[in-house]
Amino acid sequence: MWSLGPVGFLSPWLLAGLVLLPVLWLILRAVPPAPLRRRFPGVALLLGLDDRENQSDRTPWWLLLLRILAVAAAIIGFAGPVLNPAERPAPGSGPLLVVADGTWADARDWPVRIERIEALLSEARRAGRPAAVTVLTDLPDEIRFDPAEAVLGTLPGLAPKPWELDPQALSAWSDGLEGRFETVWLSDGLAREGREDLLAALESHGEVRVIQTPRRILALRPPVLDGAEIALEAVRTPTGGAAQADVAAHGLDPAGVERRLATATLDFAPGEAVARAALSLPPELRNRVTRFEIETARSAAAVALTDDALRRREVGLVESRAAREAGALLSPLHYLRVALAPQADLVSGDLATLIPANPDVIVLADAGSLPPAEAEALQDWVDAGGLLLRFAGPRLAASDAGRAGDDPLMPVRLRAGGRSVGGTMSWGEPKTIAPFDTDSPFHGLAVPGDVTVRAQVVAQPGPELAARVIAQLSDGTPLVTRKEQGDGQVVLFHVTANAEWSSLPLSGLFVSMLERLAISARTEADAAADLAGTSWQPAELLDAQGRLTATDTRAAVAGEDLARGELGPELPPGLYEGEAGRFALNVTRADTTLAPARWPARIAVEGLDRPAERPLGGALLALAVALMALDTLASLAVGGRLRRGVALLLLALLLPPVSEAQAQAGVPAEARMDPGVEAFAQAATGSVVLGHVLSGDPQVDEIARAGLEGLGRTLWQRTSVEPAAPMAVDPETDELAFFPLLYWPVTAETPIPSGAAYDKLNAYLRGGGMIVFDTRDAGIAGLGTTTPEGRRLQAIARPLDIPPLSPVPEDHVLTRTFYLLQDFPGRHQGRAVWVEAAPDEEPTPGMPFRNLNDNVTPVVIGGNDWASAWAMDEIGMPLYPVGRGMAGERQREMAFRFGVNLVMHVLTGNYKSDQVHVPALLERLGQ
Amino acid sequence: MTAAAAPDSTTLGLRSRAEHLAAPLPPLLAEAEQLARTVLMGEHGRRRAGAGSNFWQYRAAQPHDTARAIDWRRSGRADQTFVQEKEWQIAQSVALWVDDGAAMRFASTVKLAPKGDRARLVALALAVLLTRGGERVGLADARLPPRRGAGQLTRLAALLSQDAEGDHGVPQARDLAPRSRAVLVSDFLGPVEPVEAMLTEAADRGVQGALLQVLDPAEEAFPYDGRTIFESMTGALRHETLKAGDLRDRYLERLAQRRDRLAGLARLTGWQFSTHRTDTSAAAALLWLYAALERR
Repeated sequence: MWSLGPVGFLSPWLLAGLVLLPVLWLILRAVPPAPLRRRFPGVALLLGLDDRENQSDRTPWWLLLLRILAVAAAIIGFAGPVLNPAERPAPGSGPLLVVADGTWADARDWPVRIERIEALLSEARRAGRPAAVTVLTDLPDEIRFDPAEAVLGTLPGLAPKPWELDPQALSAWSDGLEGRFETVWLSDGLAREGREDLLAALESHGEVRVIQTPRRILALRPPVLDGAEIALEAVRTPTGGAAQADVAAHGLDPAGVERRLATATLDFAPGEAVARAALSLPPELRNRVTRFEIETARSAAAVALTDDALRRREVGLVESRAAREAGALLSPLHYLRVALAPQADLVSGDLATLIPANPDVIVLADAGSLPPAEAEALQDWVDAGGLLLRFAGPRLAASDAGRAGDDPLMPVRLRAGGRSVGGTMSWGEPKTIAPFDTDSPFHGLAVPGDVTVRAQVVAQPGPELAARVIAQLSDGTPLVTRKEQGDGQVVLFHVTANAEWSSLPLSGLFVSMLERLAISARTEADAAADLAGTSWQPAELLDAQGRLTATDTRAAVAGEDLARGELGPELPPGLYEGEAGRFALNVTRADTTLAPARWPARIAVEGLDRPAERPLGGALLALAVALMALDTLASLAVGGRLRRGVALLLLALLLPPVSEAQAQAGVPAEARMDPGVEAFAQAATGSVVLGHVLSGDPQVDEIARAGLEGLGRTLWQRTSVEPAAPMAVDPETDELAFFPLLYWPVTAETPIPSGAAYDKLNAYLRGGGMIVFDTRDAGIAGLGTTTPEGRRLQAIARPLDIPPLSPVPEDHVLTRTFYLLQDFPGRHQGRAVWVEAAPDEEPTPGMPFRNLNDNVTPVVIGGNDWASAWAMDEIGMPLYPVGRGMAGERQREMAFRFGVNLVMHVLTGNYKSDQVHVPALLERLGQ
Repeated sequence: MTAAAAPDSTTLGLRSRAEHLAAPLPPLLAEAEQLARTVLMGEHGRRRAGAGSNFWQYRAAQPHDTARAIDWRRSGRADQTFVQEKEWQIAQSVALWVDDGAAMRFASTVKLAPKGDRARLVALALAVLLTRGGERVGLADARLPPRRGAGQLTRLAALLSQDAEGDHGVPQARDLAPRSRAVLVSDFLGPVEPVEAMLTEAADRGVQGALLQVLDPAEEAFPYDGRTIFESMTGALRHETLKAGDLRDRYLERLAQRRDRLAGLARLTGWQFSTHRTDTSAAAALLWLYAALERR
C-alpha cells in the first residue's frame, strides 16, 4: 500500500489517470454543447436576427471544471483511498499470554477489553499459537497454554473484580511462570505498587506489549458526616482541566422504592486531583441514603456505600415533668444530652409527643410506672423496632415498676428499694465494673478502673436473668440488662443517668457503651477498637461495575478484618450486618489517591482502540456521481433544455435540507398552521364568539346562527359582553377551545360525531367549556316519554364526559348571574332544563341559596328552542313568532334574559354564587 | 351487386380514405355546434324592416302600399290604416378562410391543441352560428361557394379538415362575392404581403370582415434558451442561434410590429383584427368574431 499522509491507496497506479485530466480539459473545451433542434412557426420573424454575443460555442469554464472534478473524483475513488490505514504488525511466534488487570477501573469498558482480547486470540489462532488469558485480580494457580480456540471459549467467564491487586499473590504467581512466551498486558491505567516487579518478571520470559487507553478514572471517597453536612470527595486521574462529576445519593423513599434522593456536583479545579462538595440534607432524608454514586462512572470505586456512620440517630429524651424545677446539672438527662449531642439528633418532650415522632431511641431517665395509655403506646413502639433505654433513679427505686411481674417495658424484675454501697452510711467500697463478657455487646471495651458505682437498683434473680445481663459489677450484680421485646429491645442501666449514683456517666466508657448500643454514631477514630471482637455477616456485595447484590450465603467475617479493610476474594466490598448495625466496606478509603500508570520507555504501549480505518473510495465515487448529475443539469441549462421552473425544482430536490431550512427560517415546523385553521382561530379569538354546532339541517343551522346573532345583539346592548358574529362549528374539523359556549340544536338526523370529535368535545368540556343542547321539542321528552330528538340527544351525549344531571334547582347560579330568573323559556315554555347536579347539601335555614361553590355546569340540556326566540334579522327584528301578543313578547324577553344569564354564567363562573353577593341579592329579593 | 361481391381495391381505398377523412368530422362539427350553442338561440334578424317572416313594426299605410299589405286587424282598432312590416332577414354571404399551412399544426405542449384545430373549430362554429342565423357560408376559394343548409356545414367541415403542403396558406380574394363578408383565420406569421394584397383587393370589392390571429402561447412568450436551431414546420426555413434567450426581446418586438401592421391594414380597409391564444377559451374568439360580423 502506498500512502500519502494519513491516506493510503489500495491501487495507487490508477492515480496515473490523473495525468489525462489536462488532455480531457482541452478536448472538452473544443467541443461545444450540442444545439437543440426546435420546430417553431415563428421562425420567419427570427430570420436575420444575429447573436449579440458569441459565448456558448465553447463549453463554459465552470462546466469544464465540474466535469474535470467529477472525473478526478472518480479516478481517485477507484484508486481505493483509505484514511488511517491499519499497520498490521508482524505476527509473533511462540505462546501468547494475555494479562488483564481486571480491577474495578476496568469495569466500565470491560466489553471493549474482552473484544480486544478476542482480537488478540483470533490473531493467535490464525498464527497457530497457543495462548492463555489471566485476570490479575483472580489469579489461577498455574498458567497453561492452550490452543487459542479453546481459550476463546473461556472469555465470557472473565469478569473484573471490585478489589485491587495483591502484590504478594502477584509475585508468588509470577515466580511460578515458566518458559518463553510473549505477553500482552491490558492495563487499567492506574499506578500501583508491584507493577514494576511483575513487568520485570514477565519481561524475563519474553517480549511484553502493553495496551492502555488514557482515560479519566474517577473514584468517590467514603462520605463523612461533618456536623450537619455530608462531605463528599472525589479523586480523579489524570488531572486535567476543569471537570465536573455529578454525585447522586440513592436511597429508599417513604414508599420503599429506591430512587435518587439528592444530587451534588463536584467541581475539579484545573490541575487538582481532588474535588470536594458538601451536601446538606435534612436528617430524615439523610438517614435514608444508602449509597452515593458518581453518575457517569460505572465502577465500584465510584460507589460509596453508607452505613450507620452516616446516620444520625434520633434520640428522644423524655423529660419528666417534676424535674423541671431542679437545676440543670441535676437533671438526669444532662449527661446524656452532652454525650449524645455530637452524634445524634436529640428530641425532647413528653412521651405523648415523642412516640408519634418515631425516634430511633427513647430514653426514660428515672421514670416510675407509666400511665397505662402511654405504656401501651410505648410498648407498641418498642415492638415495632424501637430501642427503649431506661435509667434507674430514686423514683424508679421508689415505684413498684417491674416488681410484681414481668413488665414488658423493663428488662428484668426489680427488687424493692435497691442497694447502696461504699456510702457514708453503708459498708464496703464502691463497686467497680467487671470486664465485659464475650457475648456482651460491650465486649472489647476497656474498663477504666476509676468508674465506681455507689448505688443501684437490683434485679430479682430468675432463670432468665443471666441471659439478660450485658454488664455487671465486680461482685456480679447486674449493671446493665437488656431484653428483646418484639422487634425492638429494652435496656436498663441500673444506675442513674447523672453522676448521683455512679461515676459511670462521667467516664468515656459511658459514651462507648452508648455507641455500642447503637445509640450514637460511630466516629472514625475508634472504629477499629469498636469492631474488635465482633462478627459481621455480608448482606449486600458490590461488584466491579458498582452494582449491589444481596447475598446470604457467605460466611461472616471478623470485625478486625473489616477494620483493616484489605479487600480481596475473602473480603469483598459491600454492606456487612452486625449486631450493632451495618458496616459499609467501600472500595475507596478516605486517603485513596489515583495516579496514571507509567511504563518504561522500552515497553510499547498501544491504545485500546486505534483510529478506525476509513475507506474513502465510496464517498469519492458518490461525489463523482453527484458532480456528474450536477453536470447533467448544468449542460441542460447551458443548452437551453432546462426550463427555469424545472431547474429550481431539481435544485430544491438536490438541496432539500438547506432549502427546507431557509423556507422555514424563524418559524419551527410544528408552530406553523394551516392558513385556514389559522384564519379560523383568529376569527374565533378576536373577541368573544358564540358558536353553534352544525346540526346537519341547513335550516336549523340558520336559525341557530340567527339566534346567536340576536343574543349577541342583546348582550351588546345590555351587558359589557360584546360578542362578535357567531360562528358555525364542526367538531370534526374545527378547534373548539376558542368558544366559551356552544349551542347545539339536536334534530332527529343530527350526525353522531366521530371518535376524534368526541375526544375534542370531552377536552372542551373538561377545559371549562359549556354546551347547550337544544332538542327543540318543547321539553316533552321527560321521564317515560321520548321524542326522536331526545333519543338522538341520548345517542350523541352517551360518549360525552357529562356529570350527573338534575333539573335546574331554584337556587342555581343560573337564576341570578345577571337577571333574577326562575323560568327559562324559549319559543316553547317547557320547564325541564337540566344542568349538572349540585352536591347534596342541606340549605341553611334563612338563607335562600346553598353555599355551592361549584364549577360552571358543562352542559345545559333543554328543549325550548331558544335560538328561534333569540333569532333576529340584520336590522334587529325578531324572525320567528313567540307566543301570542304581549304575553309572547314577555316570553321572548325572558328568553333573552335566560340567554344573557347563560353567557354570564359561562364567562363569570361561580362568581354570583359567592356569598359576598348574598346581602345585595337578599335586598333585591326583598327578604 | 358485383361490386359488392368483389370489391376492388380502389373502392376500398377510397372508402377507407373517406372514412379517415370523415373521422374527425362528427366530433369537430359536434364541438362546433356545442360552441355555437353558447352564443345563439334562434335566428337573428337584420334589425331593420325588410323581407322576412318576423314581425318588425306597424307603420301608417302609405299611398303606395297595396291593399293586400294593410293589416286590417290592427287598422280596425284605429281610424288609420296600418301596414305590418317584417324584419329584414336577407341572408349575407360569409366566406371563411382558414390557414391550412403546416405552421398551423404547431402546438408548444401536448396539453394544447394545435393552432389549426382551434382555428377550424372557431371557423366552423361561426359557420354553424351563421347557418342558424340564415346566412350563407362558404369558403373564400372556389371550392365551396357560400350556400345555406346543414349539408353545407358538412361539406365545410370536410374541406376545412384538409391540410396543405406549404408552411403558410395564401388567402385569395378572387372568388369573393362583392359586398359580402369574409373571415380570415391564420397565425399571420408568414409573409404579410399576400394578406395585404388580398385585403386591398377585398376592400376594393366592398368586402368587409375580420382577421383572427390564432397564436400558441409559446409564440407569444418565446420561452427558449440556449443553443438552438429553429426550424419551420416543414423544415424549409431554419435559423440557428447560440443563445436563444438573447433573441427574445427582438422577436417579441417583431411580433408586435407584425400585429401593428395587420391592425393598421384592417383599420384602413374597414376590417376587424384580433388575436386569440390557444390556451384561452375558444368561446371568446367565437364571440369576438360574431360581434365583428354583427358590426356594420
